[in-house]
Amino acid sequence: MNAPLDHHVVLRAEGLARHYELRRGPFAAPAVVRALAEASFELKQGRTLAVVGESGCGKSTLARVVTMIEPPTAGRLVVEDREVTGRNAEDARILRRSVQIVFQDPYGSLNPRQKIGTILEEPLAINTDLSAADRRAKAQAMLAKVGLRPEHYERYPHMFSGGQRQRIAIARALMLDPKILVLDEPVSALDVSIQAQVLNLLTDLQQEFGLAYLFISHDLSVVRHIADEVMVMYLGRPVEVAPKEEIFASTRHPYTRALLSATPSTDPAARKERIRLTGELPSPLRPPSGCAFHPRCPYVYEPCPVDRPELKVPGSDLLVACHAVRDGRI
Amino acid sequence: MPLLDIQNLTVDFKTASGAFRAVDNVSLTVDAGEVVSIVGESGSGKSVSMLALMGLLPWTATVTAERMAFDGNDLTGLSARQRRRIVGKDMAMIFQEPMSSLNPCFTVGFQIGESLKVHLGLDRAARRKRTIELLELVGIPSPADRVDSFPHQLSGGMNQRVMIAMALSCNPKLLIADEPTTALDVTIQAQILDLLVRIQKETGMGLVLITHDMGVVAETADRVSVQYAGQKVEEQPVAGLFDDPHHPYTAALLSALPERATSRRLPSIPGVVPGQFDRPTGCLFSPRCRFATDRCVEKVPPRQGALAGLALCHYPLTHGKPVGHPGPQATLNERLFV
Repeated sequence: MNAPLDHHVVLRAEGLARHYELRRGPFAAPAVVRALAEASFELKQGRTLAVVGESGCGKSTLARVVTMIEPPTAGRLVVEDREVTGRNAEDARILRRSVQIVFQDPYGSLNPRQKIGTILEEPLAINTDLSAADRRAKAQAMLAKVGLRPEHYERYPHMFSGGQRQRIAIARALMLDPKILVLDEPVSALDVSIQAQVLNLLTDLQQEFGLAYLFISHDLSVVRHIADEVMVMYLGRPVEVAPKEEIFASTRHPYTRALLSATPSTDPAARKERIRLTGELPSPLRPPSGCAFHPRCPYVYEPCPVDRPELKVPGSDLLVACHAVRDGRI
Repeated sequence: MPLLDIQNLTVDFKTASGAFRAVDNVSLTVDAGEVVSIVGESGSGKSVSMLALMGLLPWTATVTAERMAFDGNDLTGLSARQRRRIVGKDMAMIFQEPMSSLNPCFTVGFQIGESLKVHLGLDRAARRKRTIELLELVGIPSPADRVDSFPHQLSGGMNQRVMIAMALSCNPKLLIADEPTTALDVTIQAQILDLLVRIQKETGMGLVLITHDMGVVAETADRVSVQYAGQKVEEQPVAGLFDDPHHPYTAALLSALPERATSRRLPSIPGVVPGQFDRPTGCLFSPRCRFATDRCVEKVPPRQGALAGLALCHYPLTHGKPVGHPGPQATLNERLFV
């Protein structure tokens, strides 16, 4: 299992978009919510891409599109050099095996009427033709891998604590030996001491199986710990993409700066003047013109309400969607 | 005399499977103008102790306390009617989930006005005027329009501001905030914390902030009480707590924070918080503690002095070293002792 990691690209997304239509009465034209637009990124073997943003920024829509729960409205999704978009159902079903997901709430994502063994074996029963004995052996092995005991196989979800349930959810996601794991806020429902256990487990599993993680979170201190690369999203669009070291050392986009500044520091001596973001996330039904962040941005100037800035800054490798950064104002 | 003085508060719940002690001999004092934070993981009894103070627990709960005094008045012998005169007026509370704490059937203006009517006896016009003032105070834009909104028309952050306005309506002397920002995004969390601290400074009220987020504690509190499995295990001024924690649980909790991590592996705390049926004898933290010895398992630990952070521990830490500890060979799990 411990193949050397060469960090090759296992998933590539190009300009992914997902729009939802909202009916507003029998005669009105439906309104379009652009939940996700122009998301481009690569996931590499053994690496973690963290997606950061507030509620309503399109993080979870991204997770649903990447796991092929929903088709993208536009853009390309390539999993292990095979195009996903425009395939027939049978091919998509096979591709889905290599992308698995762990949800936020371990209380809501496990069926209370199924035993742990049944929960873990279900993906195998659906997707493989292993015998019952083989499935059982595989589930038992996976229980041990995520730090649970063999006798837990016969138990029901209500007999477990939040941290243990999240271990079960992780074990279930790994049953089909996926290459990519989408983690949708996997530790935000857990207490600090349990959160550390689960983060350590995720680090170990990534090493062992060479998994690529798409780690969705709103907690920047967790992201700082686990990520290799960070993508910050605002109102459905990526606004800054950078390696972790860069994003925390030399933050560029004003929204990323505000997010970092708003995250409480655990050093009481470092109580700082925060960059105050006034106002709230605008409605995705009526996104602001130009740069979606301009009504809350402290650096706003003439082009911001008019033009939407491109993610790529011309003449450099930077990926920052901001006029002020491009013009060298900040 | 402190504004709030609780000595040895204990809360027991009758459950189908026997009695369960949710809060175990917790003491807490709060002065006017002070921000005291109660921090702990889920199941540590931090909310229940404050709900007991407010008289908001169901009948299955038995509350006993040596002393429970607010602003010089004893609360222990108070009837429900007498208590209601204080609760919501001089002592107010905000809750974690603003969406589910507000009544969806009434406008926010009506709900804020209720306490103005009951406690201050204001008439309709005066209530409306005061409600608009309050909404302005908590930073809601165009308050004159918002006063007629229903909770579902406002965002989570705005609803939490409404909850704060409601709590502040009668100029309370003590505000208890139970996880006020847990359900909110970080940028909104920063706004709400700023607002709470600003109002606390302006009015000089006491503020009890219940939270599990060490970052929130570090940014806002003056004094911190750490709870574990219903017991207060440590109490210190905020700077001392983060600098030199005296209880092994506090120390372990702080080093488990990703922000303080020095290596890729986080130093996690093994095991889980004890429940109703696996409550250890002796020290409640002993099964998860890396310093635990036979004495910790057998004997209930003593309360240390103020210099050792009132730690509930046989071997309180000083700069990470357990005082009076017999050494690694005596620990139950030598591997954990570093």
